[in-house]
Amino acid sequence: MSNGNDKSWTIQVDHVTRVEGHGSIRISTRDGKVEELKLSIVEAHRFFESFTDGMLPHEIPWIVGRICGICCVGHQLAASKAVEAALGLTVSAQSQRLRKLLNESQILQSHLLHVYFLAVPDYLGAPSVLPLIKTHPEVVKRALKLKHLANEFTTVIGGRALHPMSNTLRGWRKLPALDKLEQIHARLRAALPDLDATVNIVKSLKIPEFERETEYVSLKHPQEYALYDGEIYSSDSGASVPVSEYRSVTNEFTVPHSTAKWARWHRESYMVGALARVNNNYDQLHPAAQQAAETLGLRTPCCNPYMNNVAQVVEIVHCAHNSLAMLEQVLDEGLAKEDIGYTPGPGHGVGAIEVPRGTLFHEFRFDEQGRCSGADAVIPTSQNINNIERDMKAFAPRMLAEMPRDELTLHLEMLLRAYDPCISCSVHMLDVEFVD
Amino acid sequence: MKPRIAFFDMAGCEGCQLAILDCEDIFLHILDLVEIVEFREALSEKAPRFDIAFVEGSINREMDAERLRDIRARCTWLVSLGACACHGNVQARANALSPAENMQRVYGPEACHLGQTDPQYRPLWAHTRVRAVHEVVKVDYELRGCPVDRNEFLHLVKRLVAGSLPRFAKQPVCVECKHNGNECAFEHGDTCMGQITWGGCDAICINGGYHCDGCRGLLPDANLDSHRALLRERGLDDAEIDSRYRLFCSTDVEALGKRP
Repeated sequence: MSNGNDKSWTIQVDHVTRVEGHGSIRISTRDGKVEELKLSIVEAHRFFESFTDGMLPHEIPWIVGRICGICCVGHQLAASKAVEAALGLTVSAQSQRLRKLLNESQILQSHLLHVYFLAVPDYLGAPSVLPLIKTHPEVVKRALKLKHLANEFTTVIGGRALHPMSNTLRGWRKLPALDKLEQIHARLRAALPDLDATVNIVKSLKIPEFERETEYVSLKHPQEYALYDGEIYSSDSGASVPVSEYRSVTNEFTVPHSTAKWARWHRESYMVGALARVNNNYDQLHPAAQQAAETLGLRTPCCNPYMNNVAQVVEIVHCAHNSLAMLEQVLDEGLAKEDIGYTPGPGHGVGAIEVPRGTLFHEFRFDEQGRCSGADAVIPTSQNINNIERDMKAFAPRMLAEMPRDELTLHLEMLLRAYDPCISCSVHMLDVEFVD
Repeated sequence: MKPRIAFFDMAGCEGCQLAILDCEDIFLHILDLVEIVEFREALSEKAPRFDIAFVEGSINREMDAERLRDIRARCTWLVSLGACACHGNVQARANALSPAENMQRVYGPEACHLGQTDPQYRPLWAHTRVRAVHEVVKVDYELRGCPVDRNEFLHLVKRLVAGSLPRFAKQPVCVECKHNGNECAFEHGDTCMGQITWGGCDAICINGGYHCDGCRGLLPDANLDSHRALLRERGLDDAEIDSRYRLFCSTDVEALGKRP
């Protein structure tokens, strides 16, 4: 295929596959130069901010979890924290630990799905995981086994792998059964060799070399690798701001080619997600996860967005070890039935949590009757899209001369997938179109 | 030749496709029965025709309705996958406001203007009422729930593959709930929509310590008046009851209101 250096052409990829939600990439070139590149988010609007109107506080986490299947737990927990902040509700140490377990179980689910089903096929030259059943059966079997374990982990803690119902404001409606927690602990420990094998397969993949330094944003916590709690930290300023000031971080704005809003903080765009977290909080990773990072050649600060997949593997190792430790604490101390009653009333609050794709913010307002009268959600992918388009704008011109169009298209899709975009969430995303 | 099945997603959380990917323990056996030819969330392959099309999500724009009509023309059986496709689910609550009002509220006046004046991107922003799949095309089967129940999915696929008709019992959630020996939510001072909601979910939310909010939709012969009287007895006022009914099944409630 000609590189088209002598004429103008357009590449368009509509409804990019193996991403969560709908997006398109459109590139126009002339005389070997990229004239225009747009990452369109074409997902239909669902207007979450409208449909929470009039809801009771405890209905909010339950319903807004429906924003996204992959990060439903994160949405539930961010919303719970926001509602609790609005109403001044307390959460016991027991419930906080269970929430951390629930959140890490979902990070495991999501990262495993992304690494094995959505990203690895690109690197093994397959259009999906299906052909790998014949060529790499051991990889597929391990992937299915680990994913199944992560789902059951969420089920044991929350009552169901998707849209769990056992957790609510303040705590648990029905506590997990200790014998089931013991089984999950044993299975998770038995799966550690599978995680080593996961590290080894990802180590064997040839990650494209591409660097573009950007601002990395994540929660940061003084005592732990921030996933459930923390303040909003920027690698540019080297400082944190309180979660309640999230609007000064996200500065959302709208562009016509995207039904997802865009975000910017200290510079034109920023990145959230696994790579941002590992960059910002490397020292607090579990030692086994730091070991995995070393094995995988992830040195911080890392400015290669394709390395986000590697950072996800590092977090898989972290969450597995951290969850094992937390499960041991729960099993040692047992679980006690707690009062989770509350009285609806007026208030306003913000909650934030790290979900697989980055920092998630929820904000709710309640009127005098205790009914929801205002809602806002800023999702990781809508914070990342601006940065993804800028990565593509840096990558495409550099590679236009070196790669045939179809290879460039594949690399742009891989770049998008590396961010693991969750487009359903961000719209309140990618097919590549090359336009002549 | 193995039956070819395909998955499509409209406006939704894509959780129902995930619920199907969650059949990891039997995933390889499913592939012995059927060939998955299109599954955008998980595969890059695309196919011109297929035997069973699963459509997830509600229809919120004309461009999506067009896509749905094209899918209908390419398949033998079309199955609505999950609450969004079956009855609009939680986002149908936004139908209480006009599309323009929703757009203005979420994106602000400037964004609406941008979306509507740039002809290239106008279809992206042309939001209509939130519709169920059956409001746009003929639907052969409905897999209910938010998310769908994997056993119902497996039942449907196995039956269609075997050349027989899938059957879904028209019974309320209470039947399975009683069978599971759960204490009725009304017994501990809570209220529940199990009596008027399509069963088939094994009463999973009550098993998990909560009540039923009706995510599987209202049974066609649900006695809403009697259920409303029950909720009033428990101290809920009409506004609270309507809000509850509208959590997951606002389009069902709308349809009941129009029933002669």
